[in-house]
Amino acid sequence: MTATAPAAAAEPYDYEIVKKFTIMSIVWGVVGMLVGVYIASELAWPWLNFDSPYFSFGRFRPVHTGAVIFGFGGSALFATSYYVVQRTCQTPLWGGGLVPFTFWGWQTVIVLAAVSYVTGYSQGREYAEMEWPIDILIELIWIAYLAIYIGTLMKRKQPHIYVANWFYLSFILATALLHTFNNLAVPVGLFTLKSYSLFSGPMDAMTQWWYGHNAVGFFLTAAFLGMMYYFVPKHAGRPIYSYRLSIVHFWALSFMYMWVGTHHLHWTALPDWASTLGATFSIMLLLPSWGGMINGIMTLSGAWDKLRTDPIMRFMIVALSFYGMSTFEGPLMSLKDVNALSHYTDWTVGHVHSGALGWVAMISFGSIYHMLPRLWKTEMYSVRLINVHFWLATIGVLLYVVAMWISGIMQGLMWRAFDDYGNLQYSFVESVAAMHPFYAMRALGGLFFLTGMCIMAYNAYMTIRQGQAQQAAAQLQAA
Amino acid sequence: MEWFTNPANSKSLGLLIFFVTFCLIVLWVYGSRSRSETLESHKNIPFLDDENDKNEERPHHG
Repeated sequence: MTATAPAAAAEPYDYEIVKKFTIMSIVWGVVGMLVGVYIASELAWPWLNFDSPYFSFGRFRPVHTGAVIFGFGGSALFATSYYVVQRTCQTPLWGGGLVPFTFWGWQTVIVLAAVSYVTGYSQGREYAEMEWPIDILIELIWIAYLAIYIGTLMKRKQPHIYVANWFYLSFILATALLHTFNNLAVPVGLFTLKSYSLFSGPMDAMTQWWYGHNAVGFFLTAAFLGMMYYFVPKHAGRPIYSYRLSIVHFWALSFMYMWVGTHHLHWTALPDWASTLGATFSIMLLLPSWGGMINGIMTLSGAWDKLRTDPIMRFMIVALSFYGMSTFEGPLMSLKDVNALSHYTDWTVGHVHSGALGWVAMISFGSIYHMLPRLWKTEMYSVRLINVHFWLATIGVLLYVVAMWISGIMQGLMWRAFDDYGNLQYSFVESVAAMHPFYAMRALGGLFFLTGMCIMAYNAYMTIRQGQAQQAAAQLQAA
Repeated sequence: MEWFTNPANSKSLGLLIFFVTFCLIVLWVYGSRSRSETLESHKNIPFLDDENDKNEERPHHG
């Protein structure tokens, strides 16, 4: 079947939920990045811990990752997926009361998680620190989300399901699977938050990194590719470069991502074949990742001038460039020999942030800037401020990533350096002292990025106020 | 049956099945000119509802 024109052009959409998630995405972006800058500063200037467990890096770090990944990124994904599925299916959302439940439930999860971390409750599983009652709430929200998404797809007016929805759906399905199995745990008691994992030893580590890397693969990549496949063509005013390539991109990612988690566990108690398998699939992933990146960037073919004039387009294309860069760096770091140098160092932190800030945050900024005027039926309050945001964000990411590259590689080299007698050349504390200037540089990069985020929040607030004022005036005129 | 229940065999078989399936998908996507044209026509879906930007939105959800 070919794409057909919408049956009922006047079919309205459900924008209220999209608006709520969009606003909360910006709010969590500011909060999460503020905590990020704070903990980065703690590493450079440890007195910021105030000798209090409540301010310690260990407790604030999951608050930061939870707020930016699940608060900012998650809310942006809810907002954009609800927007995209309605507009590409040309039908309002299915689900009635389930729809606001996903919003209030998700916000409750972020708040409860943050409070539990600060008060010292954590499963100790990276990106899955939430204890079991919060995990159960997430499970319920996710089932509701899946039902809404499938229900909406089922009542679509468009015969074909647009590829962005495939990516969103795979993200919802994979996240359900990952969340369920990684959080299988036995609570210590019915009225206690503490629980213990069902797995132990290397099996536990493998389950965690099967989750951890697929959280990157499906939550932070596939879902944001769904965003890319809708918002880049839509904003550029040109269809995606190759629809067939997007199909192959989708299936290749879906087949390969699930195998790569073990590259996080090179040189550990894990069987050697398992980590080799992870590395092999990581290298293979380079092909679909770059295929997708080229597909996105080539969409602008023939309209490159938009990059000069449109800061939103610039956000999207720079995001794709970072996607390409971090999906090259990832396979490189998954090679055992490279990993022997990079693992446990700041290089990994830099890699994660080139993906998280450069790709995930940038494509989210572009998509939210695209949606804001359409949701509130007005113009952006200031295009100039979007431009300022773009440059602050770009400079911020570069400062961050470069600082972590230098610090990480230096760290790795110092740890493995031997003197003529076969003794370690440097003590651990010497490597910490050597990293100090780069920790300060990283905090500065984060501050740039946070300032850009605050400018976005102001611009969004003024745009919404402007839209509401215009609508009120129009209603008054009509009356 | 015993052969299939041995993880060393079933994992390799699973990998083989996934690989063949993926090859078939690539073949299906690029294998026919008319199918290619049909698939490429779907790239216009995001632009089919531009009119809706001009319509009023539905009342509050919840």
